[in-house]
Amino acid sequence: MATFYETGPGYPVTESIRVDRVSPTARRIHAVRAFVVLVFAIITLIPVFVMGITAFKSRADVVSVPPKIIFKPTLEGFVFLFTERAVVSKVRLPEFQKKAEAGELSLFERIALNTGQEITGPSDYVDRLKNSLIIAGISTILSVGLGLFAAYAFSRFPIGGKDDLLFFILSTRMLPPVVVTIPLFLMYRQLGLHDSHLGMILLYTVFNLSLSVWLLKGFIDEIPIEYEEAALVDGYTRFQAFYKIVLPQAVTGIAATTVFCLIFAWNEYAFALMLTSDDARTAPPSIATMLGRGGIEWSAIAAGSLGFLIPVVIVTFALRNYLLRGVTFGAIRR
Amino acid sequence: MSHVELSNIVKRFPGVTALKGISFDVRDGEFFVLLGPTGAGKTTTLRIIAGLTKQDEGTIRFDGESVDALTPAERDTAFVFQQYSLYPTMTVFDNLAFPLRAPSRRLPEDEIRKRVEVTAEKLRISHLLDRKTAHLSGGEMQRVSIGRAIVREPRIFLMDEPLSNLDAKLREALRVELQHLQKVEGSTTLFVTHDQIEALTMADRIAVLDLGRIRQIGTPEDIYDRPADTFVAQLVGTPRINLFPARRENNHLYIEGSELHLPAPTLDLPERFTLGIRPEDITPSPDGAFAGTLQITEPLGVETILHIRSGERTLQSLIPGMTDLRIGDTVRFDLVQDRLHCFDLDGKRIN
Ligand SMILES: Nc1ncnc2c1ncn2[C@@H]1O[C@H](COP(=O)(O)OP(=O)(O)OP(=O)(O)O)[C@@H](O)[C@H]1O
Ligand SMILES: [Mg+2]
Repeated sequence: MATFYETGPGYPVTESIRVDRVSPTARRIHAVRAFVVLVFAIITLIPVFVMGITAFKSRADVVSVPPKIIFKPTLEGFVFLFTERAVVSKVRLPEFQKKAEAGELSLFERIALNTGQEITGPSDYVDRLKNSLIIAGISTILSVGLGLFAAYAFSRFPIGGKDDLLFFILSTRMLPPVVVTIPLFLMYRQLGLHDSHLGMILLYTVFNLSLSVWLLKGFIDEIPIEYEEAALVDGYTRFQAFYKIVLPQAVTGIAATTVFCLIFAWNEYAFALMLTSDDARTAPPSIATMLGRGGIEWSAIAAGSLGFLIPVVIVTFALRNYLLRGVTFGAIRR
Repeated sequence: MSHVELSNIVKRFPGVTALKGISFDVRDGEFFVLLGPTGAGKTTTLRIIAGLTKQDEGTIRFDGESVDALTPAERDTAFVFQQYSLYPTMTVFDNLAFPLRAPSRRLPEDEIRKRVEVTAEKLRISHLLDRKTAHLSGGEMQRVSIGRAIVREPRIFLMDEPLSNLDAKLREALRVELQHLQKVEGSTTLFVTHDQIEALTMADRIAVLDLGRIRQIGTPEDIYDRPADTFVAQLVGTPRINLFPARRENNHLYIEGSELHLPAPTLDLPERFTLGIRPEDITPSPDGAFAGTLQITEPLGVETILHIRSGERTLQSLIPGMTDLRIGDTVRFDLVQDRLHCFDLDGKRIN
């Protein structure tokens, strides 16, 4: 049944009223803007670029002045990063070379041999990276998960002293965290949480929770309550309504919050340095300690930093579609 | 379908008492309309029946049993919200199927499909089933909203101004369809509106609500022909009822500020009161008993509104068809004597 609404006006459109011609000034302003953004992007990316190429330089290339842009790439930095090595004595050198010719050595072993070293085992860095993954991953899941429920409750239920509670939650972020490292250190030692995964997970979860509660509350506030009420009337329980209705509409916010929490937990340096020593030590402080051991291995440090960037880049990239809307807060269509 | 009964419902919000003790009942299979201006407490009443808001006082009974302790899901009502509340991430089909898929119902998927298709057929939205709801037109969205209610068989339908976001033509069409559906299915429906025409045309019975109080409950005829007070009298009927301060003297009624007077009806009238005359009860005729000057005419096609000046008073008269009377002409007219409404100075009807 075609109605007026479907068929549109009953007369042909005969004249054009185009207003989309771009004026020259507007175009020039646009060009200037693009240029500024480009310069800014270059400035920001130069350190990353330098880090990237340094990771693939040999020891000699790293320290050459002026710095080389064109060089023969090598994985030396990565070998230094991931392995413990010992100098091969003159006596055993021919034996190794024979093995190398016979193709019995792995890629890493061959690269080590080129610098006159043999691999004696994996380095600590592998464990550190594993710790970082465990601690940052679990604490992010916890802080986003708990934050989601807390934010939902704050957004939907009449809670006594709601505003005060929200302020209190935010206030945990008001002083620089490092200020409390000493008391925390003492507490953790007493509680046996020092240098434990649990301790670090708890710490990062607590720190991220205030951020995630506030961010997620904003996103959930944006979702009209009528949707859930409709679901309640339709025969769903509160939790089912939350799961079926709120969650799908809050993915944007959840993605944005996840990335923020992950970046914090992944990059955190000061607490990790003070509260861990070995078992639970994460990657950031361990990259720094590499500076100390017998000469600065610039390429290893660069390789470590590069490897350290990758997980965050992957997660951010995977969630980028949500992020774009997420970080512009409240861009959800009503 | 159920008999739903509200007794003495009170609801307070910080700063306002939205419902000040309201009682009415919706009978099994009845189309009951709650009519009231904005802020009257209509939505609040529906939300309390559905269990989305808790009343502060009073009881709600479905078929004689109190449902006050039940959750919205357990009350088994169907709610059509004032704003569209379709789930934007789902297709029309999934929206319609949503109530049927509730874990508490456990219907087999092919039964769900069948019911959704039947419902879509009734509301003529079958061609939309695969579409996402975000880009539907207003009328289509509202149909889907109604569909989501009628797809199951709830104890009562609660409809909160479902037609108010639509343009006039569509509203009329959907109004007729809804009425037809309700009669065919014999469903118990509580329909909220601030539009008196919707109320008069659709209702079996109407309750008029104002500022949290019920002014009158009755059939459309009751409400229109015997309004309980001046508020109800003014709320229903377009153009509005003519209300004038009047006084009684020696078995005659005098309208203050004009020369109009007529023999008093056989009523126990106080000395001063308010006289109400429906516009259609003012009938111009060449040898009418009263006279006035024509100020404005509003020809509407089917009928015409005449504004007749008499002294300081202006009477609105509604006549069928068009008129050849000119502005400034003297008009003679009669009043339908047995259809006059008298209200005391507090606005209450005098019978
Ligand atoms: N959650 C709430 N908190 C505070 N006041 C409320 C709340 N809900 C409703 N009210 C108030 O209660 C009164 C009745 O509101 P309600 O929504 O029931 O009116 P309504 O008759 O549905 O009006 P409308 O025709 O505009 O929808 C209004 O004064 C409103 O401001
Ligand atoms: Mg309302």
